[in-house]
Amino acid sequence: MKTESKLEKLLSQGHFVVSGEIGPPKHANPEGIKKHTALLKDYVDAMNLTDNQTAIVRLSSIAAGVHVLQAGGEPIIQMTVRDRNRIALQSDLLGAYSLGMRNVLCLSGDHQSFGNHPTAKNVHDVDSLQLIKIVKDLRDQKKFACGEELKGNEPRFFIGAAANPFADPFEFRVLRLEKKINAGADFIQTQCIFDMERFERFMAMVRERGLHKKAHIIAGVMPLKSAKAARYMQQSVAGMIVPDEIVNRMEKAADPKAEGVAICVEQIKHLKTIEGVAGVHIMAVMWEEIIPTIVQEAGLYPRPDAG
Amino acid sequence: MQDFEPKIIAFCCFYCAYSAADLAGSLRLQYPANIRVIEMPCSGKTDVRVLLEAFEDGADGVYVLGCMEGDCHFLKGNFRAKRRVHQAKKILDEIGIGGERLEMYNLSAAMGPRFAEIAREFTERIRKLGPSPLNKKYASANSTKAGEQE
Amino acid sequence: MIIAEGKPLVEVAGLIQEARKVLVVGCGGCVTVCLAGGEKETGILAAALRLLRQKEGNPLETVEVTLTRQCDPEYVDMLEKYVTDDVDAIVSLACGVGVQFLAERYNKWVVPALNTKFAGGTVEHGVWEERCGLCGECILYKTGGICPIIRCSKSILNGPCGGSQNGKCEVNPETPCAWQLIYDRMQALGKLDLLMEIQPPKDWSKSRDGGPRKVVREDVRLA
Ligand code: SF4
Ligand code: SF4
Repeated sequence: MKTESKLEKLLSQGHFVVSGEIGPPKHANPEGIKKHTALLKDYVDAMNLTDNQTAIVRLSSIAAGVHVLQAGGEPIIQMTVRDRNRIALQSDLLGAYSLGMRNVLCLSGDHQSFGNHPTAKNVHDVDSLQLIKIVKDLRDQKKFACGEELKGNEPRFFIGAAANPFADPFEFRVLRLEKKINAGADFIQTQCIFDMERFERFMAMVRERGLHKKAHIIAGVMPLKSAKAARYMQQSVAGMIVPDEIVNRMEKAADPKAEGVAICVEQIKHLKTIEGVAGVHIMAVMWEEIIPTIVQEAGLYPRPDAG
Repeated sequence: MQDFEPKIIAFCCFYCAYSAADLAGSLRLQYPANIRVIEMPCSGKTDVRVLLEAFEDGADGVYVLGCMEGDCHFLKGNFRAKRRVHQAKKILDEIGIGGERLEMYNLSAAMGPRFAEIAREFTERIRKLGPSPLNKKYASANSTKAGEQE
Repeated sequence: MIIAEGKPLVEVAGLIQEARKVLVVGCGGCVTVCLAGGEKETGILAAALRLLRQKEGNPLETVEVTLTRQCDPEYVDMLEKYVTDDVDAIVSLACGVGVQFLAERYNKWVVPALNTKFAGGTVEHGVWEERCGLCGECILYKTGGICPIIRCSKSILNGPCGGSQNGKCEVNPETPCAWQLIYDRMQALGKLDLLMEIQPPKDWSKSRDGGPRKVVREDVRLA
């Protein structure tokens, strides 16, 4: 065990883990986060707190993580390199660790042009891969990014990275994943999977290179709420592939929400059978309350006790 | 305003409009005397600056005549002219003189009647628009004031 | 070259509202090539400014001069004979460098007529694209001659990000993903293995982050 992360513990014990996602609010009231934590904590092993997702200003992921922790959940704080340089990133890593955070997911971040401050200056001092390395060096080398030694307590994070099997160039996706693992990623959360066939091909390449043995790969899923949402994901979200078959199913369904849940549950059951998939990450943004149903129907309830 | 006689400059390509003007003359076609024809080696030679300076020097309206699209003697001169006229229109709008005081037309050397027709059309347009804002000031400061009182 | 673009006419006119006589100064360097501030554009701007002021009943006198380069004192000096007492302002159609050189040399109100955009080149007549972010430490040899600093929307050194799809950048479907270009090129050159190296964080102190940069070449100095 490299860290005190509960997520790491469960993964290293070989459990098929479940993580969820909470989007912090666009205001300073933490009640929603606490409510969602209470709702989810028995159904997921950890919860991602997004970092100003889609470049919209929200309550900080670290602060949100503190609320999750206090409400009894296991937070995974997301950290993008869009808004902070290496000084601020490392400072926040120290701060977050001191507040009890044990998991961090290193990301590039959505471009500011998508958000509510499109005239902002982005930072991108380091990229997501370099951030992974920075977190690892702080932990394993007790060194700051500049090479200076860290005296005293080092932040010991369980390091996460994202992988998108649906972006291009496809052949390089697995290699880039390998690069992230070489840089220090302990666990990987993937983009939401709708195109199972392409994901299977991706995982075959992952296994070929033995990457599933070097890092825990958690597959992303997203319950669809409506046919409109399905079409939106298909047409307007960069780096996402949604097969027509899924859109059609959503369109034909008498009860689209129930169909969305059914599709998601099928996906999870399928993912469980793929060698090298260590868990699922359920992204139900604005629909967090459906997560317990999905977890139960997928046969993943009750969750194991990390002890 | 009744007896306003606009000053109009027509930049005419030598290969088409200039000959068309000749033809109109020899056919004895009537067209307004307001037009001052300037011969250009190609409509593409008309620069934005020249167009602007025509207004500066007192024109109420300006137009450029080039060959039919695809028939330019220099292949693309008339397309260039079209874009420049477009650009100059934008500047005239920005200044507040109004892009509608500038136009580009295409015709061939054989179109004497069309030449006369364009001249009539355009003169009519400018007559309706009245003097260029620049000329108003210089022509009669008094009459502008009188107009404001009405 | 440096690519620039004219400011809106009304904005430029607003900057010299008080002036009665202005020098309108073009530059024969980059901005001539990118058709933003050469002799021709200088003439057009001067004419447009005069027209606008004439319309306002507040005539403006312009004197047009196009210098070989505004970023070289040698040529900036040549403006001297035009900078007479009655000149109220100088409108520069050079990039920001030229504007500053004029302002440093002459005790007049100097205003920019252009927005200086980027270091780029002509991709077709009338279309210019950015190619270099002037980062101060070129890494093109690592990326097959395609610059990720400026051509990737997130300046990623270990790309591509998860938004790259069908060769396009997530930020703009018109923009090619720099990292797709890099990948294709490295593959064509048989050098994909180079992309497996983890590129360390960049040394931005070589870039603009440390105040104005300076290059000194002792071997060519005169004094
Ligand atoms: S690596 Fe730096 S110097 Fe080289 S092209 Fe890119 S920005 Fe310019
Ligand atoms: S899509 Fe490509 S160019 Fe755009 S930010 Fe991502 S890696 Fe950079």
